[in-house]
Amino acid sequence: MSAPLLEIERLSVTFSGGKKLVRAVDGVDLSLGRGEVLSLLGESGSGKSVTLRTVLRLHNERRTKVEGSIRLDGTDVLALKGRALTDFRGKEAAMIFQEPMLAFDPVYTVGQQIVEAIRQHEQVTSAEGRKRALELFERVRIPSPERRLDAYPHEMSGGMRQRAMIALALACRPKVLLADEPTTALDATVQVQILLLLRELQRELGLSVIFVTHDIGVAVEVADRIAVMYAGRIVEIGSVRDVIRTPRHPYTLGLLSTRGHGGGLSGDRLPAIPGSPPDLTALPPGCAFAPRCQLASDVCRQAAPEAVTLAPGHLVRCHRTADTVKGLPKAAVTS
Amino acid sequence: MLSAEEIDNWNGGTPPAPAKLPPALLEVSGLVKHFPLKGGLFGRGQGVVRAVDGVDFTVYTGETLGIVGESGCGKSTTARLVMQLIRPDDGRIVFDGVDVGGPKLPLKGYRAQVQMVFQDSYASLNPRMTIEESIAFGPTVHGVSQSEAVARARALLDRVGLAPQRFAGRYPHELSGGQRQRVNIARALALKPRVLILDEAVSALDKSVEAQVLNLLLDLKDEYGLTYVFISHDLEVVRYMSDRVMVMYLGKVAEIGPTEQLYRASRHPYTTALLGSLLSMDPDRRTTEAPLAGDPPNPINPPPGCRFHTRCRSAEALCSEKVPGPTRIDGEAPHYAACHMADRTSGHSRAPARSPV
Repeated sequence: MSAPLLEIERLSVTFSGGKKLVRAVDGVDLSLGRGEVLSLLGESGSGKSVTLRTVLRLHNERRTKVEGSIRLDGTDVLALKGRALTDFRGKEAAMIFQEPMLAFDPVYTVGQQIVEAIRQHEQVTSAEGRKRALELFERVRIPSPERRLDAYPHEMSGGMRQRAMIALALACRPKVLLADEPTTALDATVQVQILLLLRELQRELGLSVIFVTHDIGVAVEVADRIAVMYAGRIVEIGSVRDVIRTPRHPYTLGLLSTRGHGGGLSGDRLPAIPGSPPDLTALPPGCAFAPRCQLASDVCRQAAPEAVTLAPGHLVRCHRTADTVKGLPKAAVTS
Repeated sequence: MLSAEEIDNWNGGTPPAPAKLPPALLEVSGLVKHFPLKGGLFGRGQGVVRAVDGVDFTVYTGETLGIVGESGCGKSTTARLVMQLIRPDDGRIVFDGVDVGGPKLPLKGYRAQVQMVFQDSYASLNPRMTIEESIAFGPTVHGVSQSEAVARARALLDRVGLAPQRFAGRYPHELSGGQRQRVNIARALALKPRVLILDEAVSALDKSVEAQVLNLLLDLKDEYGLTYVFISHDLEVVRYMSDRVMVMYLGKVAEIGPTEQLYRASRHPYTTALLGSLLSMDPDRRTTEAPLAGDPPNPINPPPGCRFHTRCRSAEALCSEKVPGPTRIDGEAPHYAACHMADRTSGHSRAPARSPV
C-alpha cells in the first residue's frame, strides 16, 4: 500500500475521570489507505469508538491521557491546538454519529447547520453555502431537498436524519470520513438503504472511511478490511475475505459462530462465548481474552501476545494461532 | 370477501387441522390502543397515534410466538397491552379460557401467571434493592412468606447462572448487562408464571452474551414448561427462538404463520422486504438493491387501505382503497397474510386464480 492517508501508531487512551484509571485503548496500530474503507469491529467497551473519537480529539483533555501518534496526510493530529484543531475537525476529518437526533442542534434547521459548517471552513456567502447544502441533499437522495433544508431535526424521520447527517459530514469534503455505528439506531429496511448510500458515495467521491460497528454483517457490506477489537486492542486485522472466511483469533471465531444461526439450527443450542467482556480498570496481565478462551494456556495468561502475520495484511494477536487453523474445537464454542 | 369462518380462523378460533395444535393459552382479539397527541390549544389532542389498531392473535400452550416489526409497528405496545400495563381502548384478552380482568381472573392473579422481561435491564430493577430482594419482592406481594421467597430467589439466581453466595447481596449497578438481564429473567420466574413476555430482552446485549442468554431461555422453557412471547427487531434471533412468527406493520398484523414456512415462503410483501434486508455475511454477494425505499410512515396518520401500499411495489389502486383482511394461506398449519395478493377474491391482478369450484 503506498503512503497511507491516516496512520495511527501505538495509540493508547486512558480515562482518569473516575476512581480508577480506565485503559480504553491499549496500543492500537492502524493505517488507512486513500479510498479505503476500514471497519473497526467490536463489542461495547472494546475501544472502537474511543479510537475513532480520538482521531477527532473529541475526548475531554483534562481527563484523558492519549499516547502514541496519529498522522493524517502529514498532520500530527495529537499536536493540534486551538484554531488549527477547529479547522481540522470537519475539514480534514468528519464524523457521522450513531444518533443524529443528538448530533444535530434541535433549535436550528438542518440547512442552517450545514451552511454554518461550510462557512466555518470556507469563505463563501450564505447563498452559495445554501446552494452547496442543496447539492449535498440531492447527493444523499433526500426527497424534496429544498423543503427539507428548512426542516428542524425533529421533523425528519430517522433514516432522513441520518442522510442529513451524512450530508453535513461531507459538507467540507473531508479527507477521512469517520462513521460511528451510523446504522445501528435504524430499522432493518432503512439500514440497508443507508449502507448502500454510503457505499455509493464512497465509490463516487473516493472517500477514505473508518466505519465502527458491532455488527459483522454491516462490516461485510461496507468494508475492504476489518479490524476486530477486544479490550482496547486489535486482535485480528485483514481483508474482509480473510477475516470472514479464515478467521484465526479465537474471539473472531467465536463472534462469527454466534452469527448466522438462521434456518435449520432451531432447537439446538447456540454457540456462545462464555463469560463476559473484561473490566477495563483491571485488565489481566496476559491476553485479555484468555479468561474466556478455551484454548488459553499458561503463556496466554502471562504475556500479552504480539501480532503474528499469517498472510500479507492478515495479522492476529494470539499465542495459539497454530491451533485455530481448522477453527475452534466444538467444545470451545459452546457454553 | 372473507367468509365468517375464515375471519374466525384469523388465528383465533379452532384451526382447521385441530389435531396439530396444543390448546390456546392466550387469546387476543380486536386489540386497539390509540394514544392521544398532546399539544394544541388547551392541551386538546390533535389526533391520535394508532399504535395498535385491531390486532388478533393466539398463543398456544408451550410454544414460542415471535413478534417482529420495525420501530413504531406496535409490537411493544401490544406486549404492554397483553401484560395489562396499559389499558386497551378496545379488545379482549382471554387467558386459559377466562376473561382477563373479569371477576374470575382479576389482574393480580393474571399477572402472577404472565410475566414480562424488558429491554433495559438497568431501568427495570430498583437500584436501591439488592438483586435478591428484587427477586423475592414479587412473591411476598403475592402472599409467599419472606423466608420462602428468599429461598426461591436464591434457587433462581443459581439457576440463571449467578451463584447466590457471590451475587445475592449485590446491587444492580454492580452487575454487567448480561448478568442484570439474567436477574430480570429470574425475577420474572419468581412467581412461577406460565407465560413470559420477552420484549427485546436480548437486544441491548453484546452478541457474545446474547447467545448465552438465549440458551438460558431455551433451557428454562423446557424445565418449567413455559410459553414465550418473544418480541424482537432481530429477524435471525426470532427465527431461532420461535415456533410461529407474527409480523406487524403500523399497528396491524401483516402476516402470521409457522416460522420456517414464513421465512422460506413469505406471502406478505412487507415480510418479504424485511427478510430481504437481512445482510448476507458474504463479501462476494453484497446487497445491491434496497428491498424497500423510504422510512415506515408515521402511525399518526396511517395510509388508508392497506397500510403498506405506500411502500409496496405491487400496490394497485385497490390497495389504497380497501383494507386487506387476513387470508388463510394453503398448507397444513395456519398461516395468514393480510394482503390482497394472497386473496383469490380480492381482484388484485397478482392474486391467485380463483379455484374452479
